[in-house]
Amino acid sequence: MNTAQFIPIFASVVAAATPLAYAAFGELVTERAGILNLGVEGMMLVGAIAGFAVASQTGSLSLGFAAAILAGILLSLIFAVLTLTLQTNQVATGLALTLFGVGLSAFVGRSYVGMSLNGLPKLDIPVLGDIPFVGPLLFHFDIVVYGSLALLFALQWFFGRSYWGLVVRAIGESPASAHAIGYPVIRIRYLSILFGGAMSGLAGAYLSLAITPMWVEGMTAGRGWIALALVVFATWKPMRVLLGAYLFGGVTILQFYGQGMGVHVPSEILSMLPYVVTIFVLVLISRNPKTILLNQPMSLGQSFYPHS
Amino acid sequence: MNTSIPVTHPRLELRGITKIYPSVIANENVDLIVRPGEIHAVLGENGAGKSTLMKIIYGVTKPDAGEMLWENREVTIESPAAARRMGIGMVFQHFSLFETLTVAENISLALDTAIPPAELAKRISEVSMEYGLPVDPHRLVHSMSVGERQRVEIVRCLLNDPRLLIMDEPTSVLTPQAVLKLFDTLRRLASEGCSILYISHKLDEIQALCDSATILRSGRVTGTTSPKQETRESLAQMMIGRELPECQMDASTPGETRLLINHLSLSTIDPFGTTLKDINLEVRGGEMVGIAGISGNGQKELLAALSGEQPAMQDDVTQICGVAAGKLNPAQRRKLGLRFVPEERLGRGAVPALSLALNAMLTNNDSSMVRHGLISYQAVRSFARDVIDKFNVKCGGDKALAGSLSGGNLQKFIVGREIMLAPKVMIVAQPTWGVDVGAAQLIRQALIELRNQGVAVLVVSEELEELFMICDRIAVIADGRLSPAVPTAQTSVEQIGLWMSGEFKHDAESSQNESEVAHA
Repeated sequence: MNTAQFIPIFASVVAAATPLAYAAFGELVTERAGILNLGVEGMMLVGAIAGFAVASQTGSLSLGFAAAILAGILLSLIFAVLTLTLQTNQVATGLALTLFGVGLSAFVGRSYVGMSLNGLPKLDIPVLGDIPFVGPLLFHFDIVVYGSLALLFALQWFFGRSYWGLVVRAIGESPASAHAIGYPVIRIRYLSILFGGAMSGLAGAYLSLAITPMWVEGMTAGRGWIALALVVFATWKPMRVLLGAYLFGGVTILQFYGQGMGVHVPSEILSMLPYVVTIFVLVLISRNPKTILLNQPMSLGQSFYPHS
Repeated sequence: MNTSIPVTHPRLELRGITKIYPSVIANENVDLIVRPGEIHAVLGENGAGKSTLMKIIYGVTKPDAGEMLWENREVTIESPAAARRMGIGMVFQHFSLFETLTVAENISLALDTAIPPAELAKRISEVSMEYGLPVDPHRLVHSMSVGERQRVEIVRCLLNDPRLLIMDEPTSVLTPQAVLKLFDTLRRLASEGCSILYISHKLDEIQALCDSATILRSGRVTGTTSPKQETRESLAQMMIGRELPECQMDASTPGETRLLINHLSLSTIDPFGTTLKDINLEVRGGEMVGIAGISGNGQKELLAALSGEQPAMQDDVTQICGVAAGKLNPAQRRKLGLRFVPEERLGRGAVPALSLALNAMLTNNDSSMVRHGLISYQAVRSFARDVIDKFNVKCGGDKALAGSLSGGNLQKFIVGREIMLAPKVMIVAQPTWGVDVGAAQLIRQALIELRNQGVAVLVVSEELEELFMICDRIAVIADGRLSPAVPTAQTSVEQIGLWMSGEFKHDAESSQNESEVAHA
């Protein structure tokens, strides 16, 4: 494979990985606070259509992304009110949220089917972008891609160094203890759910505004579920989440090329490949039960209501 | 510490504090006065309302009525953070530490001002050295013993410069020697002007440590006194309304070996668990053997290995009535005559949402209750009623849900159920944990009768006093190892206390010989 072939392949791998990384980072923060939100797929879809609709109405991609983030936040707010204030079961509520998001996005998106718009432009970074090979390889992405890397470092700093990151981890481990020493458990859980919603919305919009700038019903194609699986199999570590996302993106693109080159395997099997490989590799690298037990938020999925 | 405040003012005064929960009045018109530099006991049985009162003082719970004065000013404490800012610290009975975080991270979570990590670690080391509470700031909490965790909690409070320190049942996790050390630390704090509220139901400790005491019974104050001038009996009178009951126990001659644990080793994958190392024990018919130790030293793992919930790899490491049972599951072990009362009553000992009658059936493999796969309700209910009558279980009949019973009554029912199934070997974990004095007495007496009938009884308990009361021999579990079982008459609280910190390896040899002589 020569460089002329490699650079576009690498670029599509990164593009495929980016929405996954955002959605999984958001869910990681939510789960670190002890909340399991299975509504990622639904929030991504609603983000995708909200972003596409606003961008095509106003002609502004920035407004589109902002609308997607807002839509994700609103949808996750429904989840937060139900599970935190009304104490509903997190698993059932999350599943319902996904079903709701699928239906809502399809309904709103009917009049947008078949439309298209100009996708998110790549950045033209001076000097660095002009370096032969390295320039086009590393410095020719859109801003959202660089944002995902910034988010990785931000999360690593947040959970590894910052005081409030410590508080979120403490709440995820034992909300009762955190409440007893005086932390606003419910408020922080609200914020972490809303952050998860915002990132899912952004991830959805990256699909409909950058990768394929159009709206197709159910266009997330299960990426929300993969994001959920990534968080668990990456043992709640941001770096491993990103690796998993790139692995998924890599195999997705490779199987496209495989299909294009006429490999004699049914295309359905090839389409399964990214899902199977990602889960297989992540299970393999994090099968140590001690790592899981030490990193898993111990209160994950359990309701907590502070008694006063 | 606070020379500006006149000594005549109490540090904390409660007037008419009342807290009512839907099903129970936790506190009714409680008055309490704590002076600067005083160690003040709050004495009462389980369920007397001590913990609720402390949660009110620490701002976790809000009272329904009454007022609180802090250094002669009326206050309402909105939250634990507000309590800490006023100078109130609390060491919880069930610790409020986060296991996957380090000591320093845990402590920084409870500080109201952010301190840079390096400086915090230094201050932790300073304070812990000054008060004789050694802790390593960089260790992860889950790798620490319960005693060490308590030190972390105390250091955490001390870093906030408390003027009132609340200790909720602090000695239930300590060896007798560690209790004495803790008392030294508390006396030192008090001499520096810090007031201490000491919550306990242990009369000896309160007499040894406290200057004054407020006694609670069923949520009401039944006395305020100076415990050093009272007798055990008069304190008990105020606490439970009558004298402390005693157990009747005669000597017995042990029969054949019923339960044999033979070089049992079991590793755990749980990072919070304990690996069992080469455990040996023999319990004979007509003998009650106790296992003492601080929780988290392998009790949970040993009990799971004996009940069959965690079977071993080899069959001969456990023998029940002469049959190798190491690989058998709980039902198979029950068929051999093993009966088991777990530590958690709700969830393992009984299903909270099922009636007592159905709970009675769960551990019964007697064919009379189930015919052709159908439950015979008549047989089940009459069995449950027998248990309720015989063991004086206070409940709304055999149809009452297990979850609706108080801890003491449910424990009487569970122990009674197992006893009625005619065990050959009986294993009981924490028989009287969280149980009121009257029910505890009944349960202990029932176990003694079982032993008198020739059953082999193994009791795992954290209450040393209880083990000395009812056991023929006592062994100690520490860090997954089991000491030799010595006859109760030939040992002392001090020796068992030393063993609890793992120091039996040196004298193991001589004691082993002793106990063998005693057996022969």
